[in-house]
Amino acid sequence: MKKGRVKVMLGNEACVEAALLAGCRFYAGYPITPATEILEGMSRRLPLVDGLCIQMEDEISALVSVVGASWGGDKSMTATSGPGFCLMQEAVGLAVAVEAPCVIVNVQRGGPASGQSTSTAQGDFYQARYGSNGDYSLIVLCPSTAQEMFDHTIKAFNLSERFRTPVIILSDEVVGHIREKVFIPDAEELTFVPRKRPTVPPEEFLPWKADADGIPAMPDFNTGYKVPVISQAKSLDGNRGNAKEADENIRRIVSKIEDHMDEFAEVQVYGDEKAETAFVTFGSVTRAARSAVDMGREKGLALRSVEVKTVWPFPDDLVRRALAGAKRIVVAEMNLGMIKREIERVIRQPEIKIELFSKIGGIYPQPQEFLRFLEEKR
Amino acid sequence: MNPLGEKYLRKSFLPFLFCPGCGDGMIVQSFLQAVDELGVADDLVLAAGIGCSAWIPVYMHFDVFKGLHGRAIPAAIGLKASRPSRKVVVFTGDGDGLAIGGLHLMHAARRNIDMTVVIVNNQIYAMTGGQVAPSTGVGSRTQTTPYGNLEKPLDGCKIAIAAGATMVSRWSTAHTRQLTKSFEKAINHKGFSFIEIMSQCPVQTGRYILGSGVPKYNLQWLKDNCVVTKDYSQWGEVEAQGKIPVGDVLQIEKPEYMEEVLKMNQKVKEEAKAKGGDR
Repeated sequence: MKKGRVKVMLGNEACVEAALLAGCRFYAGYPITPATEILEGMSRRLPLVDGLCIQMEDEISALVSVVGASWGGDKSMTATSGPGFCLMQEAVGLAVAVEAPCVIVNVQRGGPASGQSTSTAQGDFYQARYGSNGDYSLIVLCPSTAQEMFDHTIKAFNLSERFRTPVIILSDEVVGHIREKVFIPDAEELTFVPRKRPTVPPEEFLPWKADADGIPAMPDFNTGYKVPVISQAKSLDGNRGNAKEADENIRRIVSKIEDHMDEFAEVQVYGDEKAETAFVTFGSVTRAARSAVDMGREKGLALRSVEVKTVWPFPDDLVRRALAGAKRIVVAEMNLGMIKREIERVIRQPEIKIELFSKIGGIYPQPQEFLRFLEEKR
Repeated sequence: MNPLGEKYLRKSFLPFLFCPGCGDGMIVQSFLQAVDELGVADDLVLAAGIGCSAWIPVYMHFDVFKGLHGRAIPAAIGLKASRPSRKVVVFTGDGDGLAIGGLHLMHAARRNIDMTVVIVNNQIYAMTGGQVAPSTGVGSRTQTTPYGNLEKPLDGCKIAIAAGATMVSRWSTAHTRQLTKSFEKAINHKGFSFIEIMSQCPVQTGRYILGSGVPKYNLQWLKDNCVVTKDYSQWGEVEAQGKIPVGDVLQIEKPEYMEEVLKMNQKVKEEAKAKGGDR
């Protein structure tokens, strides 16, 4: 039994709690519904631990300053929602290019543009992966409960330090604003991944030369290493790279994450693992699908719900395994069919029906609707 | 090699990507003289964005963060906040700093956060091949104002002063000694300092606006047009004559952002302790 305490809190508050516990000491943000509680919580709490929470002039500068603080030596993060996430995209690419560990929370709301500020949605599924320019990879986690907002935040900081990458927590309004019990373990019950430091003196150090795991060591600024950090595709010593160096740089940034998915990819199955009918869900929709599985069981229906927790890089193998034996797949999501495209890519058997149960406009699906969908579309 | 270059340049990165006759090399030398004089090499962090001037820091052997176009200042804020003892200097240009990054300039000045922002003003977008900049004069012909520029230029110094900068200077590459002194003052200044450097770009500004791509002509143009005017109240008169006033025009003391943050944190922690909780 882990030592800790239980508290009833908002998903967004659970995120703050976990970030502080993980050692986040710099937060920069900009107010936006439904993510503002994270900025407010950080502005109350960070001064108490000698940190800094700064409200920037926009989301671009918020994430850029987070990247700066990361190179400065702080664990750092920001949170936003759709429109702000759009503005952050250039800095997502920056964080990728300069390999700065940082955490970005997107509490999704309706889109496009200003969309529906107070309503839930899951329309940023692809933006979280492909929103910035060029070839890159990053890690995206999808919490479905306040507890997972806590757990994923700890995990996000650890993965960002391990892989020197931005990690995105793709939450949504339901998860951000749900108030429920959260178990907060004592710090000594948790594992925190430290940043990889140089093992050679400055004169022998090549800042962009990776170890066998694809990840270079990262000294803080002003520790004698005098690192050139440029946002261009670079040579090992940090200058503009030629074609070959740029090629190697870009491939490494992608493979350092995609070659190590076994360290973090997570897919859960709820219900009857052998059921022929399977739901596929991520984020808050997972909750309603679980209830639907339970209700189905009472009616004698064998159902399973495949819950994709780490949506990017998309865990092809884990999803395929979780869906093994399924004859009918119903993808439930609050958009017009995004994760469904990934399922269609992963499950390429024409005899298996892949259907979309889609809710948009800010209406969260009810468990009964899942069962009605199964009946009506049969 | 110049002994300063020997001591401070990242020699494996040479040659500079700057065009022959560019002012950026003069700015590197002027800045390194100030750094050497102050002995602050180990505490320095240089930040930059995109553009010719953004490459100035990269050749210097310090900790350097060269990020996105227009976003050097927010990166510098993160770097300063994570270790307030750092000396942070941002190198930006008139496009990088006044157009795409103009908002960040205003807000950093407003906060009076301890950093130096250096705007290298060559009156044009040079790296992309000579397009109109927010600093380009009315009537100037550039690649994107082929019939003459209709827009009034922005004055970075006036914006910095209006937004709350606590030290403001403008010099040119024809005033490198004064510039070195301003660098020294700015690095030592507690608060937001702003230095605009009028610099020559023979290849773009020279050819398209001033009528000559000869470096000497362009430097002479700066000598002829920049008038040392240390009293800010007289800048208007100089401008009315079509000239560019230069000089150290402002240095005042105001509460500095990071010092205020540290004070607030201390106070908040003591209050929390007195209440016996962490909230």
